Amino acid sequence: MAAGRRIDVEEVGDVTIATFVDKKILDENNIQQIGSQLFALVEEDGRKRIILDFSNVEYLSSAALGKLITMDKKVKANSGKLRLCSIRPDIYEVFAITKLNKLFDIKDAQEDALQGF
Amino acid sequence: MISAEDFDELFDETIPSDTAKGQEVQERIIALMEKYNFTERDIFSTRLALEEGIINAIKHGNRMDQNKVVRIQWAISPEKIRVVIKDEGPGFDPCDVPDPTALENLERPCGRGIMLMKAFMDLIEYSERGTILTIEKNQGSE
Repeated sequence: MAAGRRIDVEEVGDVTIATFVDKKILDENNIQQIGSQLFALVEEDGRKRIILDFSNVEYLSSAALGKLITMDKKVKANSGKLRLCSIRPDIYEVFAITKLNKLFDIKDAQEDALQGF
Repeated sequence: MISAEDFDELFDETIPSDTAKGQEVQERIIALMEKYNFTERDIFSTRLALEEGIINAIKHGNRMDQNKVVRIQWAISPEKIRVVIKDEGPGFDPCDVPDPTALENLERPCGRGIMLMKAFMDLIEYSERGTILTIEKNQGSE
């Protein structure tokens, strides 16, 4: 399967906003591609302040959570900051059940995530 | 595995250890739930649990071994859907899976799938040394 773009990247000042393109972050190949594209933001581009926008995401599996945790580690190891935003209630529940809402800095909307970042 | 008496329709499929094949079965089950007018919430929960259950069987159970298969049986009625997933792996003890929400385990990858299935489904049960998973969702349950 060709590695299509799984995230849209936009810059607002020195903040990078990465918006997930997919509605479902479930499929193994898909998750691998998302992981590589996210990690490249830190490892190749050296971006420090990153917001992950979930407005398109309707489904998310535990394998995807694993990638997000790794992303968080990479950003922190690079002295950067990561925020998550626009997570719909069903998906937020996935974070809350696994208590990952405590690990991640989650904001309601993109404007909130940009505020004071 | 499932007794047909309690349900209107019963399906039985055996797939290789291939996640794309698992996705196909998942889509068939979801389409069936839509046909029976299960709520969006039921479908969200079941899709999540199917993803976790089937992936666990293929990756952790069969360890992606192409010589091993996963048998998936599902049955539906207007009241509930039940899915049984059987792998050919060595099995595991679900009690041995570390609590993924403990602070020291938050960054570890394991156990979160089972936890999500427990939270979103009405029944989740492992039998035969952990090689058979049964999950169930009642129509309209939270």
